[in-house]
Amino acid sequence: MTAEELHDVSLVVNGVLRTAQVPARRLLSDVLRHDLGLTGTHVGCEHGVCGACTVLLDGRPVRSCLMLGVSADGHEVTTVEGLTRPDGSLGPVQQAFVECHGLQCGFCTPGFVTTATAFLRENAQPTRDEAVQAISGNLCRCTGYQNIVRSVLRAAEIVRDQGVQP
Amino acid sequence: MTTRLFGEPVQRVEDPRLVSGRGRYLDDVDDTGAVHAAFVRSPHAHARVRGIDVAEAIDVDGVVGIYTYDDLEGAAAEPLPLLIPHPDLAHPRTGYALARDLVHHVGEPVVMVVATDRYVAEDAAERVVVDYEVLPPVVGIEQAARGERLVHADVPGNVAAVSTQSFGDAAAAIAAAPHTLDLHWDIERSASMPMEGKGVLARWDAGERRLTVFSSTQTSTGVRGAIAAKLGLPVTSVDVIAPDVGGGFGVKIMHPWPEEVLVPWVAVRLGRPVKWVEDRREHFISSAHERGQLQTVKVGFDDAGRILGLEVDLLHDNGAYTPYGLIVPIITSTQIMGPYKPGAYRVTFTSLYTNTVIVTPYRGAGRPQAAYAIERTMDRIAQHLGLDRTAVREANFVQVEDFPYDYGLTWQDGRPYEYDSGDFPASMAKLKALVDWDSFEQVRDEARAQGRRVGIGVACYVEGTGIGPYEGGHVTVETSGKVKVAIGLSTQGQGHQTICAQIVADELGVPLADIEVTTGDTRRMGYAVGTFASRAAVMSGNAVGLAARTVREKALRIAGNALECDPGDLELVNGVVRVKGDPSVSMALGTVAVLANPLRYAFDEASKAATQFTGGHVDDLPIAAGDEPGLEASEFFAVSRSTFANGMHAVVVETDPETAEVKILRYCVVHDCGRLVNPMIVEGQIHGGVAQGVGGALYEIMAYDENGQLLNASFMDFLMPYVTEVPDTIEIDHLETPSTRNPLGIKGAGEAGTIPGSALLASAIEDAEGFAITRMPISPSELFHLRQRHAAGEIPAVANQAPAAKPMRKRTTRKGPTS
Repeated sequence: MTAEELHDVSLVVNGVLRTAQVPARRLLSDVLRHDLGLTGTHVGCEHGVCGACTVLLDGRPVRSCLMLGVSADGHEVTTVEGLTRPDGSLGPVQQAFVECHGLQCGFCTPGFVTTATAFLRENAQPTRDEAVQAISGNLCRCTGYQNIVRSVLRAAEIVRDQGVQP
Repeated sequence: MTTRLFGEPVQRVEDPRLVSGRGRYLDDVDDTGAVHAAFVRSPHAHARVRGIDVAEAIDVDGVVGIYTYDDLEGAAAEPLPLLIPHPDLAHPRTGYALARDLVHHVGEPVVMVVATDRYVAEDAAERVVVDYEVLPPVVGIEQAARGERLVHADVPGNVAAVSTQSFGDAAAAIAAAPHTLDLHWDIERSASMPMEGKGVLARWDAGERRLTVFSSTQTSTGVRGAIAAKLGLPVTSVDVIAPDVGGGFGVKIMHPWPEEVLVPWVAVRLGRPVKWVEDRREHFISSAHERGQLQTVKVGFDDAGRILGLEVDLLHDNGAYTPYGLIVPIITSTQIMGPYKPGAYRVTFTSLYTNTVIVTPYRGAGRPQAAYAIERTMDRIAQHLGLDRTAVREANFVQVEDFPYDYGLTWQDGRPYEYDSGDFPASMAKLKALVDWDSFEQVRDEARAQGRRVGIGVACYVEGTGIGPYEGGHVTVETSGKVKVAIGLSTQGQGHQTICAQIVADELGVPLADIEVTTGDTRRMGYAVGTFASRAAVMSGNAVGLAARTVREKALRIAGNALECDPGDLELVNGVVRVKGDPSVSMALGTVAVLANPLRYAFDEASKAATQFTGGHVDDLPIAAGDEPGLEASEFFAVSRSTFANGMHAVVVETDPETAEVKILRYCVVHDCGRLVNPMIVEGQIHGGVAQGVGGALYEIMAYDENGQLLNASFMDFLMPYVTEVPDTIEIDHLETPSTRNPLGIKGAGEAGTIPGSALLASAIEDAEGFAITRMPISPSELFHLRQRHAAGEIPAVANQAPAAKPMRKRTTRKGPTS
């Protein structure tokens, strides 16, 4: 068995044009983590169930473990690292998770932060039920979700109070 | 005065990093130059390895090496350690790092492939051909107990251990009791299932002859000791670091995992970094599970429900090997006592081998099974006597005046099983008030009138926490005034850095932001035990408290000397040592650190103050006899007895009359873990524990078929709760009964939420349905079939007594809620 053919991939990650040469089978999660060094995106199950690897592809949440890196060619990707404010301080969703103790081990957190961000961009004033629905495809083993739901609602408040984009 | 941080819901210092993608978990650690391992694992539950053909695999481009048992040498080729030996463990068996001749469960590693890339390593692993002679597997406790097939040919009856403990003459007490019941309880397997699996990265520096290992572990010192032993290296040549760990819940206290031996071994052999990151399927079939037991209970009691005699026989499934000894069944067999004091007790457990994944502690570690056995028994006693379920429990409580209460049993640390403190009647009063227990009959009647089925359940537990032998804390004040703290045990999301910083901040009077806490790094703290048994806050918390106290005393002494005043007149506030009542006479703590280290050479402006020509009496020793340079201290906290936390949960459920789905309407917790260092973190621990308890009761099961294949080894099929499966709200009330066994008065809180789950939900579902529930977890389809069997007369009806029907327990006379 010989070496794999490599493909050029170019994508805009967190607002910056990035390029890599990767085998066709390489997962987007691995491209982000290991080729581009953005290790904030975590891989919890590799079969699309846990949601830890969720990133925003052209603004929409996708499971980066279920997508090939080459498929992301020409697209815009936002990872958890890209959700801090321009000055490097925490973005509203990140800040809300800190305030509400919305994380414990933190491994699933990037997926919740990206998922909640996409949700709040569509629904800035969610009800509790809507917040629950929004995160109902992500697994967390530590928090029992109580404070994650609170975090999403708190993030909506911060977004509203500060007039910022989630 | 600086605000005291102990007891405050301080935001976690860990979080800004973790929410912004700056965490550093095992797979995030710099692996420049690393090659990657993948494993060929047994597809059979029980088989003999007749041959291994790697010819096709070795030709895969990028393969660096392929290793089998025959490649291992020295201690690495010997069986993996028996971590916790016990005199009753007559037939301990542990596996090999790579299978030698026999495999005993699906998922056991047989071949290690190392390649330039994980994808390539897996390509090659697929091409390895292992010739197996399949042997008959033993699956399930009943089959193991029959002993017709053997897991290990030289272990008769599959019995690893039989162990009995007792006080009083239980058999005689039962024989003489006015009422007796024979009960059978069945509880199934689940698993820790942290979101991050295991993983190991090893770097060998051939020049320095030094091994650095990163592992996603709950014990870096334990892994270090095991690697040193297995690789024949001095402990001082091995560093083990637990980076950020993405959850543990017990599975990562087990060590060394085969991969924790093999990855460092091959890194030394190859002279280059090697990494292995467990994938989810590997985690299901090769990491540990827990819980599975069959329980037989014989109980004798009086008219008030007081237990006069209790005999319990446990059949415990320990899986294919016993590396963690008998800890889980020992915990079950002692913690069955819960908050109760039966007149006499005898427990015997039989620990059985099966051809399944090993069983080692998962959050609760035998306690959920213990609560299940005794709490379900309490329900049956109440039903038998027509008494309220809480009244029967209250009749059996250890009372406040009984503490310390020594049962005459031996605890998991080999020391007396003796409770330190608690107030069980007060906890129950709080719980009944919180859930409005005494009004529930009305709620149930109203629901029934609407065609709905609701039920209420209650369950209590005592949790032995803060087990020894010891933990340490190291506190250093830098000349900048910043404080660096190190504890040896590792952290998996429990907020250890925050609570340790809170404790140190109070002692040293420095802002939280100036304190940095390192965990689980043998380079910073070489002596430690690990994170398990809800022990970190108790053990490490007290250790850093003691270390900070020592540093404080030293700081006051040095500052007193410099300011020419009595250390007793000084206080530490906001990073400054100052005279009480005269803040103008002061010195920054960083300056005290400078003075604590007499220097010959100045390296910055601050250190000039400590050089030889800057003062001090010419005849004084620069370092007083018995003193050490630096404003720092290490202290160790050791205990001879665990501390015992407790709690009581109540749940209200509704079962769907058609689909048999179980919905949780209310979930109430009264929790007593002594003094709370950080109530926000404690409540977070309870939330997560409750979710795992609910998962274990209603959703999670390890579905092995008769061939020992795990049928649900993915998150698609193993049903961990999403947000939609947990209670909307978890109502919590605290009682704070300080522990008498440590200076801070704290007890562990990590596992509590999980413990009563199966007992509690069984109690509530039974209450809603009106027939006996004896096997947990329970799915809607199982409940549906139980209904059919009940309708056919195969399952007995049970009826819980309404509290209001009992004159002694009228609402007007109950204990009111306490503050």
